[in-house]
Amino acid sequence: MSLSAHLPVLQVVLPLVSAPIAVLFRHGGFAAGIVTGGAWAAFATAIGLWLHVAEFGTISYHMGNWAPPWGIEYRVDRLTSFVLLLVSGTAAVVLPWSRASIDREIPEELHYLYYAMFGLCLAGLLGITVTGDAFNIFVFLEISSLATYVLIAMGRNRRALAAAYRYLIMGSIGATFIVIGIGFLYLMTGTLNLADMAVRLRAVENSRPVLVALAFLTVGISLKLALFPLHQWLPNAYTYAPSAVTAFLAATATKVSVYVLIRFYYSVFGESLVFEQLPLPQFMLALSLLAMFAASFIAIFQDNLKRLFAYSSVGQIGYITLGLSFGSLTGLTGSIVHLLNHGVAKAAIFLLIGGLVLGMTKPGTVTAEPSFDRLAGLSKRMPYTSFGIVIAGLSLIGVPGTAGFISKWHLILAALEQDQFWLVAAIVVSSLLAVAYVWRFVEVAYFTPPPEDSTSVQEAPLSLLVPAWLLVTATIWFGFDTTFSVGSASDAAQQLLKAAQ
Amino acid sequence: MSADSIIAVSLLLPLIGAFGIALAGKSPNLREGVTLLTAAALLACVFQLLEPVLNGARPALVLLEPLPGLPIAFQVEPLGMLFALVASGLWIVNSIYSIGYMRDNGEENQTRFYLSFALAIAATLAIAFSANLLTLFLFYEVLTLITYPLVTHAGTSEARGGGRTYLAILMGTSIIFLLPAVIYVWHVAGTTDFRPGGILPDNLDTGTIVILLALFMFGIGKAALMPFHRWLPAAMVAPTPVSALLHAVAVVKAGVFSVVKVMMFIFGFDQLAGSTDWLAAIAGFTIVAASLVALSAVNLKRRLAYSTISQLSYIILAAAILAPLSMIGAALHIAAHALGKITLFFAAGAIYTASHKTEISELDGIGRRMPWTMAAFGIGALSMIGLPPAAGFVSKWYLVSGAMDQAHWFALAVVLLSTLLNAGYFMPIVYRAYLRPLTAEAEAHPHGEAPLPILLALGLTAAGTVALFFYPDVPLALARQMVNMP
Repeated sequence: MSLSAHLPVLQVVLPLVSAPIAVLFRHGGFAAGIVTGGAWAAFATAIGLWLHVAEFGTISYHMGNWAPPWGIEYRVDRLTSFVLLLVSGTAAVVLPWSRASIDREIPEELHYLYYAMFGLCLAGLLGITVTGDAFNIFVFLEISSLATYVLIAMGRNRRALAAAYRYLIMGSIGATFIVIGIGFLYLMTGTLNLADMAVRLRAVENSRPVLVALAFLTVGISLKLALFPLHQWLPNAYTYAPSAVTAFLAATATKVSVYVLIRFYYSVFGESLVFEQLPLPQFMLALSLLAMFAASFIAIFQDNLKRLFAYSSVGQIGYITLGLSFGSLTGLTGSIVHLLNHGVAKAAIFLLIGGLVLGMTKPGTVTAEPSFDRLAGLSKRMPYTSFGIVIAGLSLIGVPGTAGFISKWHLILAALEQDQFWLVAAIVVSSLLAVAYVWRFVEVAYFTPPPEDSTSVQEAPLSLLVPAWLLVTATIWFGFDTTFSVGSASDAAQQLLKAAQ
Repeated sequence: MSADSIIAVSLLLPLIGAFGIALAGKSPNLREGVTLLTAAALLACVFQLLEPVLNGARPALVLLEPLPGLPIAFQVEPLGMLFALVASGLWIVNSIYSIGYMRDNGEENQTRFYLSFALAIAATLAIAFSANLLTLFLFYEVLTLITYPLVTHAGTSEARGGGRTYLAILMGTSIIFLLPAVIYVWHVAGTTDFRPGGILPDNLDTGTIVILLALFMFGIGKAALMPFHRWLPAAMVAPTPVSALLHAVAVVKAGVFSVVKVMMFIFGFDQLAGSTDWLAAIAGFTIVAASLVALSAVNLKRRLAYSTISQLSYIILAAAILAPLSMIGAALHIAAHALGKITLFFAAGAIYTASHKTEISELDGIGRRMPWTMAAFGIGALSMIGLPPAAGFVSKWYLVSGAMDQAHWFALAVVLLSTLLNAGYFMPIVYRAYLRPLTAEAEAHPHGEAPLPILLALGLTAAGTVALFFYPDVPLALARQMVNMP
């Protein structure tokens, strides 16, 4: 077999091996090189997989040549390849960016560990996505989660420790729920292979243990994807983690959890059980609406810019789960495309905030907090950073010409298709909350005179600006050319719905 | 150059100009040179399109297609042609005026000012040429965002507050009402293209039509239909050139232009028959109520702003009558009101620049010190009232003819009442300026006329207001073509 036939496993292995090598040498610069190389290789692999799946259809890779359901299967369909691209692409952009940023935010002697953990986290997230085995999902989930706890705790601010601890508790509860759910499914079907499980579930569909499994999985995964009101871990984790970590997590961690939810709903339990026999869609709709309104509303009143956008993430996740709750092609497409559109915009924002924190922090001191009173007149001193945040912010609002508009278009269309006019109203009104929090930044950065002692703050270095602006450009790009974003998302959604019937 | 590529050039020119303005930011003379040059080139470019359009051609350009069946595309039809001519023509005059105003008042951040201005013109032209609702909506939002820094230009807390109202109402109405309306049209029609006679399917019931029309009318907040008109007075905190070109011409006309476009090319008259009475009523109410507020306003710019709100609803009322003649009146009024109102704002800015007066009560006897300015003001006021020899008379004539054709007595009554009210709030200003003696306080602070660029600009627009009365041929031909009346 040629190397290209092993792409599914290389997708995970490449970043996975980069981590221990980085630890072996204990050298920051070397670790940066090897892990970044691993991430780029993973990105290249993901591109290869995407092209292959687009042309030849789903790939089923049998680990060690053991045929499923006995062996572990890696399964790459349209949705998988799309999420793989998002995760590895974000890592490929964030890692080179983080060199300059972690210099100020993480003690020098821990740099190698930062890269090692980053590699593990990436490998875990890619593993969750690519595997077709339920227990494997749990294993990779733990790998990525444990690495994430360490990454968050690396923040210079002591509150990062508390944030990581809180996430550890909440994340472990979530993982436990997930493993219990998987246990019940194993109990009822005797298999861990997702495809096999789906077939065998048909016979026992309405039995109580299956419903319990569905409940445990839903709650557990909802915790990991920060569905309101299970989002409590997210704001502090995002606020106090090193900027590069926040940027990476915001674009990938919650998105992969959404992927797992979609996978279980459509590929395992099936549409009729989840969307027709149970009141799950209504339940999810209610929580999504709560997220869209409550979390976005809370965001408006935050004084720390990072925390503001963290709450905005919780609100935006509401749009993603809202799309799921329709159970329609348009809704699912909107949901999947918003994984990308929101991921790119949020990663861009957190990268730019990272540059901003860097500009405000003096070497050797505690990392500065990007609080609003220190951002006055920022546009004069950091014009590119400020403008980038505004553009990505417009995408969060859903202004036409940005990626966010495309997502919103699909969500509103999905609501109209079902004649749910009140939902259309809810979607558009909640967008105004995004206007409010984005405009807080605009007013302070552009139309408030800078304080007297602000001369020391300078524009972020190019090594930070170029990757960040790459993502900012992508938010505009995906607003105009949607052949990749909407094309892949709607293909993936069609595939899922076809399989789920 | 083919007509199609001229569209691309005229959209690109202001963008290139904006780039040049940013580059020349350090040298004010060069920067203003770039602005004037771009504006002149743009007008020349837009003029190239006039003849093909008058001959019945419809130059078109598809930029790209974000979603299947939903392209970002442009097509020049007569109404868009008229709007583009007005906007690009007045940009030159306004730029001359801006130079005098901004320099004499020592405004800061002038590069940002000229840059945003050029971008706003680009967005306005894109609106004028848009071939479908999606394109219109895209640039409608862009125009809101680009003009925001112009409203908050001063950076004071008052300016920020005004900017907040501006953004909240314009963004709010467009997201809450307009966006769902656009998506609904796509949902039921499968296209958002502007086509003569409309694109909506025939099976929609009257209730749906009325609701959809309401979403459009209130969603297009730039048309300032009450109760979503508050952004316009709030925008008056901007420097006067902004109020003059953007909040009397580009932005508000983009609003009423969109209203006419939607009513003619999305709904179509047949579809709308019997569904517009409420719209005529609200437009009529807006005309009268805004005039009453203007009557009681003591600040000159505020009075002008409410006069604009009232005049915009003339256009909406004209469209709601659903008669070809009144549609011609609506189209003509876009041009006529633009010329008249920009003259009035120019005059207000001239008074501020020369004497730093903003209240109407301070204007006693100012006509003796600023005869040219006040003469221009008088012509603008005549046009607002709708008296010859000013352009406002022509558009009102068509509006009234259309209303008579349809026996729309309500519209006639509103127009009559509003004419009296207009006279009621403009004539006292002219009276004060020429016939009242200077106050003792004004005697103590002598001043002359405004700087030359300002006088030149307001002279030009005042002359234009009169010229449009005597020679309305081109706008009239375009308007007639719009309603297929050769």
